[in-house]
Amino acid sequence: MKLTGAEILTRFLADEGVEYIFGYPGGAVLHIYDALHRQDRLKHILVRHEQAATHAADGYARSTGKPGVVLVTSGPGATNAVTGIATAFMDSIPMVVITGQVPTSLIGNDAFQEVDCVGITRPCVKHNFLVKDVNDLAMVLKKAFYIATTGRPGPVVVDIPKDITAEVAEYKHPKQIEMRSYSPVVKGHPGQIKRAVKMMASAKRPMIYSGGGVILDDASKVLTELGHVLNCPVTNTTMGLGGFPASDRQFLGLLGMHGTYEANMAISNCDVMIAIGARFDDRVTGNIKKFAPKAKIIHVDIDPASISKNVKVHVPIVGGVNNVVKAMLKQLKAEGFKPNEETLGKWWEQIEKWRAKDCLKYNTDGDRIKPQHAVDLVHQITKGDAFVTSDVGQHQMWAAQYYGFDKPRRWINSGGLGTMGFGLPAAMGVQLAHPKAQVACITGEGSIQMNIQELSTCLQHRLPIKIVCLNNGYLGMVRQWQEFFYDNRYSHSYMDSLPDFVKLAEAYGHVGIQVDKPADVEAAIKETFKLKDRLVFLNILTDPEENVYPMVPAGAGLDEMILI
Amino acid sequence: MRHIISILMENEAGALSRVAALFSARGYNIESLTVAPTEDITLSRMTLVTRGSDEIIEQITKQLNKLIDVVKLVNLAEGPHIEREMMLIKVRTSGVGAREEVMRLVEIFRGNIIDVTPATYTIELTGHADKLDAFIVALNKAPILETVRSGVSAISRGTKSLHI
Ligand SMILES: Cc1ncc(C[n+]2csc(CCOP(=O)(O)OP(=O)(O)O)c2C)c(N)n1
Ligand SMILES: [Mg+2]
Repeated sequence: MKLTGAEILTRFLADEGVEYIFGYPGGAVLHIYDALHRQDRLKHILVRHEQAATHAADGYARSTGKPGVVLVTSGPGATNAVTGIATAFMDSIPMVVITGQVPTSLIGNDAFQEVDCVGITRPCVKHNFLVKDVNDLAMVLKKAFYIATTGRPGPVVVDIPKDITAEVAEYKHPKQIEMRSYSPVVKGHPGQIKRAVKMMASAKRPMIYSGGGVILDDASKVLTELGHVLNCPVTNTTMGLGGFPASDRQFLGLLGMHGTYEANMAISNCDVMIAIGARFDDRVTGNIKKFAPKAKIIHVDIDPASISKNVKVHVPIVGGVNNVVKAMLKQLKAEGFKPNEETLGKWWEQIEKWRAKDCLKYNTDGDRIKPQHAVDLVHQITKGDAFVTSDVGQHQMWAAQYYGFDKPRRWINSGGLGTMGFGLPAAMGVQLAHPKAQVACITGEGSIQMNIQELSTCLQHRLPIKIVCLNNGYLGMVRQWQEFFYDNRYSHSYMDSLPDFVKLAEAYGHVGIQVDKPADVEAAIKETFKLKDRLVFLNILTDPEENVYPMVPAGAGLDEMILI
Repeated sequence: MRHIISILMENEAGALSRVAALFSARGYNIESLTVAPTEDITLSRMTLVTRGSDEIIEQITKQLNKLIDVVKLVNLAEGPHIEREMMLIKVRTSGVGAREEVMRLVEIFRGNIIDVTPATYTIELTGHADKLDAFIVALNKAPILETVRSGVSAISRGTKSLHI
């Protein structure tokens, strides 16, 4: 069947099982938008800024495991999308971004709305393509989806010149694909798995440290089983929350810069660390020389380049987390593994002592609303079962610390790039993928203003997101660093002239609620989540100078935390 | 330590820039880099000379392997190998006795004079990079007008080979 490039693209996406495209039109993609108009299998979500299209596709991907799809025009459309592409890249999120390009004959001419999209996005994509022949289009798209979703996932950009979308070619949906230059390893090396299991069996103070790889590979079930078989403490990175149930006794919470006392102390004292789908990021390790000094480390990761990059490990295992952990469980069973009650008992005794410090306690006596309390209440009122997106700052850390996630894919945040403005558009993608679910965006008054225009998109598509704005009137995380490390010199971290968020929400056709008294906050949150079919912007005026504790200062070891 | 990384990659537009960009983004240094298609024109062979600690070289090879266009690579410095570089060099030969002197040097170094004018010689010389350096030093009498070096090409010794 002969189709135009634009028709090939829309047909291909539908044949590939794509439900939603997040996009914004422009000159270079007009043929594609016309083809979209003439079909009914794909739903297009018109955002208000291309950055939001990428974050929405990202939220869709994180909450479903399916690749997010974006369509933007050339030049400024593509450059606006870059922040979202880089965000997805840092967190290994599968995404395919279609960018329009000026016609082939004009490439390199400084044509209207021309940028070197392949060049600009190269350092923040898993791979990218410039399509030069309409006959290659379907195959390039197939490769893009294959690369984005396999191995260590990531965003792939496909740059399509306008003339290619008008030219005609034969179309058949390519069912399968093989690439001689790309074949990710999935199974772990059996010998290494045996070595790892031996090391686990010899451990006196074992510990699991797991990250986003567990979520990406849908491995939380097997990870939880491994934790239970070993009966060891488990800590998660911010990307890994929900990989192990937060309500489980064995869960110690977050580790790293704002990790719990018990998690960071356990890391500093364990003798065998099982790192699973995590990459020893600097926010996690603190001073690398002081990280897990007593531990032999087993590291499971799909990406060989993540292994022994920051911390030298003793048993590296390259492979899909799901596969490898399953193989470990099988091996443990085959060897008749039983945890050593005596040494493990002592280890737990020590951990309980650390836990008894209750490092996340906060005080609710004052006349200001404590942000931690607000998150606790959101957890209670949503029965811990909401999808929670977040932005970047103190509110993000409080959401991560206090909303205990029992399930994977519920906590949606920009962990690697730390992109303010992520939360609201990401929530749109989540809500579209899960129309019946409660979706909360826990944000700050600084971050929400970075993609506030999406309130309009939310109205158009009737997305009943609950925006919980922990409004402290400060770029709080910046202010906290200035308080701790710059002698209280609050240089440009104060947000003057904030809008009236209630009126703003109303102007966009939504519901706005504001609360500033501790006595009223519970009722306000209840009211917010009761309005099932409306977007509610809940503006909570919180204690302006509250800090995130514990905190490991930059350059310090994990056992050198600042506690409240 | 000096390493020679030999890479088989898809002969696609942009493949070279991906490698170059990787090195600059991650702060690795490139001493020399050569690339050309192989007998199979869908594949290019790149030879890259770099320096770094064992940890850095391990990261470099892992990161290169992650590039989608890279089919296979080998660190030739890990085994017996042969390396060659080609140099074209143009020298002024108008001084007294310069022509004879340069001709003798070319002979000693087993090079060829490939172009002649009354005032210049253009010489082609192939060999280990050290030999090319030595030739430049030896030329001290004849002023060098221009030097063009190809960068290192290398191959492993024996039956081992980098192919798909
Ligand atoms: C796009 C972007 N710009 C700047 C930063 C640096 N930054 C990190 S946290 C923060 C403050 C965020 O303020 P707010 O959203 O009000 O959250 P709070 O910390 O007050 O909870 C800033 C500016 C960032 N992470 N992202
Ligand atoms: Mg704030």
